[in-house]
Amino acid sequence: MTWLVPLPVLLPLLGAGLTLVLSRRPVLQRTVSTTALSAVVVVAAILLYQTDRHGPQVLWIGAWKEPLGISLVADRLSALMLLVSAVVTLAVLVYSIGQGMTGSERDTPMTIYHPTFLVLAAGVANAFLAGDLFNLFVSFEMLLFASYVLLTLGGTGARIRAGTIYVVVNVVSSALFLISIAAVYAATGSVNLAQLAGRLDDLPDELSLVLQLLLLTTFAIKAAVFPLSFWLPDSYPTAPAPVTAVFAGLLTKVGVYAIIRTQTLLFPDSPLTDLLLVAALLTLVVAILGAVAQSDIKRMLSFTLVSHIGYMLFGIALGTVMGYAGAIFYVAHHITIQTTLFLVLGLVERRGGSTSLLRLGGLARLAPVIALLYFVPAMNLAGIPPMSGFLGKVALTDAGIRVGTPLAYVVVAAGMLTSLLTLYAVAKAWNLAFWRTPEEAHDMTRALTGEAQRTHEHHVVEHRGHVHIGASTFATMDREEARSIIDEDDGSNQDLFQLSQQDALPTRLPRTMVGATASLVTVSLAFTIVAGGLFGYAERAAEDLLDRDGYIDAVLPGGPS
Amino acid sequence: MTASLTLIVAAAAMIGCGVYLVLERSLTRVMVGLLMLGNGVNVLFLVSGGAPGRAPIVREGDPEPMSDPLPQALVLTAIVISLATTAFVLAMAYRSWQLTGHDDVQDDVEDREIRRLAAADAASDSFDLASGAGEDDLEMPEEEGRPA
Repeated sequence: MTWLVPLPVLLPLLGAGLTLVLSRRPVLQRTVSTTALSAVVVVAAILLYQTDRHGPQVLWIGAWKEPLGISLVADRLSALMLLVSAVVTLAVLVYSIGQGMTGSERDTPMTIYHPTFLVLAAGVANAFLAGDLFNLFVSFEMLLFASYVLLTLGGTGARIRAGTIYVVVNVVSSALFLISIAAVYAATGSVNLAQLAGRLDDLPDELSLVLQLLLLTTFAIKAAVFPLSFWLPDSYPTAPAPVTAVFAGLLTKVGVYAIIRTQTLLFPDSPLTDLLLVAALLTLVVAILGAVAQSDIKRMLSFTLVSHIGYMLFGIALGTVMGYAGAIFYVAHHITIQTTLFLVLGLVERRGGSTSLLRLGGLARLAPVIALLYFVPAMNLAGIPPMSGFLGKVALTDAGIRVGTPLAYVVVAAGMLTSLLTLYAVAKAWNLAFWRTPEEAHDMTRALTGEAQRTHEHHVVEHRGHVHIGASTFATMDREEARSIIDEDDGSNQDLFQLSQQDALPTRLPRTMVGATASLVTVSLAFTIVAGGLFGYAERAAEDLLDRDGYIDAVLPGGPS
Repeated sequence: MTASLTLIVAAAAMIGCGVYLVLERSLTRVMVGLLMLGNGVNVLFLVSGGAPGRAPIVREGDPEPMSDPLPQALVLTAIVISLATTAFVLAMAYRSWQLTGHDDVQDDVEDREIRRLAAADAASDSFDLASGAGEDDLEMPEEEGRPA
């Protein structure tokens, strides 16, 4: 059954080509992309069963004799990641079809969206299957390029600004990745992961430490680990809701996956446990404090996204079976939950006109379904028992206490604190956006800001021949002209109360959007029900990771050379 | 393995200049920086391939004096990718110029807001909202058309 292995990459790529050809036939385009991603879900499910039953599935592309060609490897960890990401991408695709982005956002061309989205899905799948470092690099580039296009879709001012930072950070991190690959190749003469596993052991400790640090830094940028996470909360929230959702769910997790893979396979006796623990600690605490301070729900969730990467890193840093199992479980849970929350925010934005806590209020009465769809995953994110977020945190806490070093205890405590602060942040959003009445929201905002429009009135400065308005800069021109550009960019300045008084908001949302979100909420709840089985699977995957021989033997049956 | 010092110095110089240019404010310069960075890394790959040799063509005699083909394949891939990156960044710089009349990388909105608040020594909106300051402490401005 090894012919199944490349399908999660090939099907979306074929779909991307077809949808590009069919760009003038929107209905066919939708059918093609939905079919491709549904097929990937099926293939990933079969692969999950196969790898769990028969061990890692390996395919050497082009039938080159190993270890010469490019290998695709699906082991338990890859198969689980593939399945979860396939389900999530399918749900997001259905949601974005429902949103019909051409309708609601005039600047977002849907014809480009489908092929790009499929390339993104292919890139993510390829990253999970890559059996050598360079293939991993290529898949990173695939998904990054798709993400550049998706992030700057329509090319509005805000998106170009956010996109610039995102693109530059990622190109620099790709250059760093290439440097690490060059260094690894110079030191060992191979880029195949299974072959590297044997050869890196023979290197002097200092040299292998340098290589490890290079790779870790690269992946830490992608995964948004604390000192390297500043690009994320600024760039994600400006994109359209489904795009942010799929980025938040998948892209950082690909980085986490790469950290898990290289840490276990290439550097099994890592001397960096303490460094990783400190990074996990700082990621957890600093980012959640950022989340607490936000007054826009999208930005708040971007910060919780960064913060919860700390949990996964904690599991990885511990380096025990329990630690890895907890991290794997948490990755699967977090992909689903974070995507769901961003999809819900898309619904909130459509129904309430904004995601700013200053403008929202009373959504629980206006839109009880959205309120429910927000409440369940939000509580899950914060880790309320018996949901999967709670179970994942318990597993990681348990793993930390079993390791029992003082630093591990400190990170466990920070994990608890983060969980509480997450609850505070999502509950604050709940109280303000859903619970109070729109009139209260309107009055409070007016009282806070003094005069009516001051929050939205931008600070105008003329400086060195440019006009600065808010955070944007313009070449010398009429101030009024500049102001009109900004106003157009910001959309409506009115809050929910004013908008609903004018009946300016849609009261009915497309069924596909609500349906896709609801089904993801159901999936996230199902994690609780199948938690026993899933955790058993995660534990088996973690054992596979720590006992490298199964992977190496499957890839190189003739023994490493 | 012996490495060529010239190649290493060239790679270091290019990466150094690249990093300097990436730190610039104008997107066009950043793009040139990214290009130099990428080319420096490509030269680094040539270093990792070891000593130069004959063209590596299969079944063309003794493999011993041939140069290592793999880094060249990797560099080719990297060149293609950096071509696409350059095209994309150029498009973004042009779009930025269309929208704002220049291509400077702009400030993080939130960062600017925090600096403004710090300068004014004021609390953020989210703090005021969460602490419910709006309810009693502040005076409600009059507004026409609001139901009493």
